[in-house]
This record gives sequence, C-alpha cells and structure tokens, in this order.
Amino acid sequence: MDIHEHQAKEILAGFGVPVPRGGVAYSPEQAGYRARELGGEAWVVKAQIHSGGRGEAGGVKLCKTEDEVRDYAATLFGKQLVTKQTGAAGKGVYRLWVEEASDIQQELYLGFVLDRKSERIMIVASSHGGMEIEDLAEKDPDSLRRMIIDPAVGLAGYQARELAFALGLSGGQIAQMVNVLNACYRAYRDLDAFMVEINPLVIRASGDLVALDAKMSFDTNALYRRPDVAALRDPSQEDPREAMAADHGLAYVGLDGDIGCIINGAGLAMATMDMIKLAGGEPANFLDIGGGASPERVCTAFRTVLSDPNVGVILVNIFAGINRCDWIANGVIQAYRDIGLDLPVIVRLAGTNVQEGKALLETSGLPIIATDTLAEAADAAVSLRRQNAAA
Amino acid sequence: MAILIDETTPVLVQGISGRIGQFHAAEMIEHNTNVVAGVTPGKGGSRILDRPVFNTVREAVEATGAQASVMFVPPPFAADAMMEAADAGIQTAVCVADGIPAQDMMRVKRFLRRYPRHRKIRLIGPNCAGVISPGRGFMGIMPPHIYTPGRVGIVGRSGTLGYEAASQMKALGIGVSTSVGIGGDPINGASFRDILELFEADPDTDAVMMIGEIGGPQEAEAAAFVRDHMSKPVVAYVAGLSAPKGRQMGHAGAIISAFGESAQEKVEMLNAVGITVAPNPSVMGSTVAEVLQGRHAA
Repeated sequence: MDIHEHQAKEILAGFGVPVPRGGVAYSPEQAGYRARELGGEAWVVKAQIHSGGRGEAGGVKLCKTEDEVRDYAATLFGKQLVTKQTGAAGKGVYRLWVEEASDIQQELYLGFVLDRKSERIMIVASSHGGMEIEDLAEKDPDSLRRMIIDPAVGLAGYQARELAFALGLSGGQIAQMVNVLNACYRAYRDLDAFMVEINPLVIRASGDLVALDAKMSFDTNALYRRPDVAALRDPSQEDPREAMAADHGLAYVGLDGDIGCIINGAGLAMATMDMIKLAGGEPANFLDIGGGASPERVCTAFRTVLSDPNVGVILVNIFAGINRCDWIANGVIQAYRDIGLDLPVIVRLAGTNVQEGKALLETSGLPIIATDTLAEAADAAVSLRRQNAAA
Repeated sequence: MAILIDETTPVLVQGISGRIGQFHAAEMIEHNTNVVAGVTPGKGGSRILDRPVFNTVREAVEATGAQASVMFVPPPFAADAMMEAADAGIQTAVCVADGIPAQDMMRVKRFLRRYPRHRKIRLIGPNCAGVISPGRGFMGIMPPHIYTPGRVGIVGRSGTLGYEAASQMKALGIGVSTSVGIGGDPINGASFRDILELFEADPDTDAVMMIGEIGGPQEAEAAAFVRDHMSKPVVAYVAGLSAPKGRQMGHAGAIISAFGESAQEKVEMLNAVGITVAPNPSVMGSTVAEVLQGRHAA
C-alpha cells in the first residue's frame, strides 16, 4: 500500500528525520494561505499523487509570490497528472503540499528495501541523488552503496557511520546522517513498511541534511496490526476495479487486452495469461479468485472483469483443489442469469468434482463453451475474440 | 523413500481443532498419512479424529515421536507456530497460510539460524499447497487424486499450477515421486535449490519438474545448483511472460522489481545451464515425457 509524500514526511519526521516546513492544501486558497503561514520568499508547490516522476510531469513548481502559489495550485486541482509511472490515465490531484524552498548544495539518494536474497532489510544509498533508482543503477552503478541489516541486532552504529563516510559526508553531517538512517530503519521496522525512500536527501547551503522528498509503501499483510497506517489509504489514487476486487477478497490487476480472465491460483492465472498471449491474444486482466470460491464470489469476479469495457470474451480456468468444480459451475450459471451476460464464456474445469461441474454447465442450456485443457481454452478464447471483433 | 514424507512419517497437525485444520487432517488420514497427533493451545487432553490433542508442540513430540508438522494456523500466529515447531525438534514443517507479514518471516528465518544443521527444521511454505508423495502420504491442501505415484519430482511456487503439471503428466502415464509447493511469498522456507538437492539425493526420483514465476532470485540460485551439482535432468517452466513490471500478480512475491526477475530473464538463465524449459504451460507434461525418453534412448 502506497501513501502520499506529505504523509511519509510526517511519519519520518516523527521518527526524527529533518524535513522542510510545509503544509497540506485542499484548495488554491488554502495553498496561498499555507505560503503566507510559512513565510519566506519562495515556496515549492507539489502535487500529491501516488507516483514518482511528478517534477517532469509538471506537478512540482517553485513559486515566488502568494499569487503564483494560488494560480499554479488552481491549474493542478482536479487534473489527471500523467507521469512515466502512472500509465496514460494518470492520477487525480486532490491535495497539494506547500513547503519552504531549500537552497540545495548536493542531492543524495537513500532507500530501504526488502532484499529477497539475504531475506533482510537492505539500505541502498548514493551520493548522486535526484534521479530514479532504476536510472541511477544504470547510469552510475558504482556510486551505489548497499548495507544489510541483521533483524536480531538492528542497524549497528558502525554500519551507519561507514555509510555516512562512504557518501563523502564530514563533520556534523556524520551524526545527522546516522540519525536519519536510524530513524528510517525504525520507521520501516515498527510500521511494517516494504519501502522507505528519501530521494533526494539534500545537503542545504547551511550544510545540514533534510529530506526533500519521501516515499513509503507498506506490507498489506501487516495492516491488520497497523491501523494508523491503514487509515492513510487513499482510494482516489487506486484503480477503482482493483479496489473493488480487493474489497471482495479477489486479487485483480487490470491490463490492456480484451480477453477477461477468471482463474484460481496466482501461478495458474499467470500461466493462463501466458497461453493467451502465445495463442495470439491479449489478456484484459489478472484475476485470482482464491480458494473456497462460492458461487457469490464467482459472480463478483464476473462483475469485476465486466467492468472493463474492453473485455470481449471471458475465459474461466479452474483447477479445483480446495475449490469444487460444481460450485464454480453454479457461480458461472448464476452470473449469466444475474448479470445478463451477453459475452461468450469459455470454461475449463479440472480437479475436485469435475464431472458434476461439467454436467451442470451442459444441462444449463447456456451458450458456455466447455474445454478440457488449458491449450484448448486459450485457443477457443482467442479465436472467438477474433470472430467477434471482425463481426 | 521419496522426499520429506512417506507412509511411515509421523505427522502432527498444528491447529487441528479449527474447521479447516480438521477438514484437511481428515483428508490426510484418508489418504494414508500417518497422522499421530494434533496441537491446539487450550485443547490438550481431548481427542479429534481419534488422535490425541496436546497444548504444545513439545508435549506432542515427546508423547508421540512426531517428526513432521503441518500448520493450519491464521497468518497473525503462523510465525510463532513455525518457531514452536522448530524448537520442539520437528524435522519438516509445512505452513499453508497466505498473508503472513514479511517481517515475521524475516524474524523466523533469523531464528532458525540458532540450530545446527542436523537439528534444523526444514520449513515448506508459507502460502503453499504443501507436500505429497502420492499413495504414501501428504501434508497440505492439494487434491490427492490428481497424482499418480511415479519417479518424477515436482517443485513449484504455485499450488494450482503444480496440479496442472501433475495432471498433464498423469494423462501421459508419468507419475510423481513427491510434489513440493514452496509457496508464493517473498521470504519463504525451503528454496528451489534446497528441494532440488533433496531430489538429486533421492533414489526414487529420476527427473524434476520445476515451476518458477516472476520475482525474486531463487530460480537463478537453482540454475547455478543444477549446473554445478545435479546429474538428474530438470525440466522447467516460468510463469508470467505477460506480467507487467512493478505489479504484484496475486502472490506477494510475484512482482518484477529488480534485474533478472522477469520470466524472460529467468528462462534465459535456466536455458543457459542446460535445463529444458517448456515453452508454454500446456506442454509441461509432454516436455517431461520428451526429456525422459531422450534419457532412456541415450
């Protein structure tokens, strides 16, 4: 789960990371008021959306007067900001962050991630911040420093010092950096984060460190014990179909194709999408219906898939272990009746109670195309989609 | 003896009194598994499915000599159940739960380092279907009837995709020695490499089908192991050729977030060490058949 920059800054500041003074605004007037409240001669106005690359997309501006702050804010509110990470639809701007401008002497990169190789939290840092970590890894890999933290010990003082010196810091900056590293680690650990990123962490003209930007994402499996973090969820930044599916216990990811997929198991779902692609088609979505799928859940899956207007045919592929093919068949039949389906549906059933499931589909009198294998199902879906598209 | 479980392995069920635990324990018993006890804190002294129930894993191990454990424990309590099993001397544990916080698994893996090699638990999962040696016993949630006993090992992250492979093999008359689901989480117990090592040493296994997916470094690690240490043929498939970068595809661990984590890159790594990669998921079984035939002909 992602959160906004201003929320990440507030959290990290609470753990002791220095951040520029600033405030949130929900209207152009409020943005102007924030500038006046902060005082000074220049302010940075930043669109709050769940995406990186906001600067290049025109979502960040340095303003010199209160009027400029207000006018720029007016152009941002309600806009769909398209960055290189959002996809063509972009993300809606409904809140801004207005902060005091900083004199930047140098930009550093600092990130905390889950390293799957060591199965521990890893710090990634560079003395060349400001660009995305992917670009940094490509253009300047030698500048990257990595450090792995033992969960039984935590971040050791010597590790933090080593990193601070390796980044070329000196004097009082060493203690400041050690403090920032400890604060980020504690925030990561105590709040079940997946990622903490400060990019850039800047050295101001005064020589002091400050987090100019901040990004945090969280482990959704741990939200049950982090109610304060869960409360930061912003539905306006989510794909509405994915949010609806998640609320019903379905894992759904929208894609660009036109063949809707309803499958049980993440691996089988990915494999079915691969088959569709190899048969010359394009999947419209990933959808894992999960174990123990009741007819109601199957129905919800159909509604989710159908909410994508590009879908022209639906492929259902179930290999039942704890699921039962007869439940799935009943769900498909119920979906036809309740939703008034008018798209072709290809169903492939295998595993527990497969004969009962097939018999139910056959006697239903509905135009369901039953197939026995994964390959047949994918081929049937692709050729039907072609026929329909041509007609 | 196949790997990890056979008809003699004494198995206990952690969480046996819950609806799900009881349902799967009954299935396991019906399919020849030597279930000797259950554990549910507070239910010690009772009997479920005609098996004694204990308050702690340690008591159950002392009283019954249980060597393996399968846990049907909700995610918030799963990490603790794993550590309890490890400390009680269980040799093989299967954790089915999906939804365990990553830092809980980080702590479990760090905890397991306190035990010397011969005393260390072999943890399968979490977020997995379990382990089955067809006809001999199983620990998990898979439908046992789709497997035929035989001499090919299966190891995969996904449960249902493992079923798909087993049923394709069954249709071609190819049986399974043991099938192991290692689970779809970013931090898990046994890796592909660990299970390949067991299959290589198992006299009842002739070849291995390995089913990977996007995300994580374990296929690369497995490729290096196959290159340096394996004499038995390995067939592979990697799911997620059409998965976009940076999006989580169902499994918490199925996300391309670093170099070498896409399906294409993994296929190249596996090909480079001589592993036969099935070009699509509908030919996993026939690719195994071809490799086995080639081996007999040679």
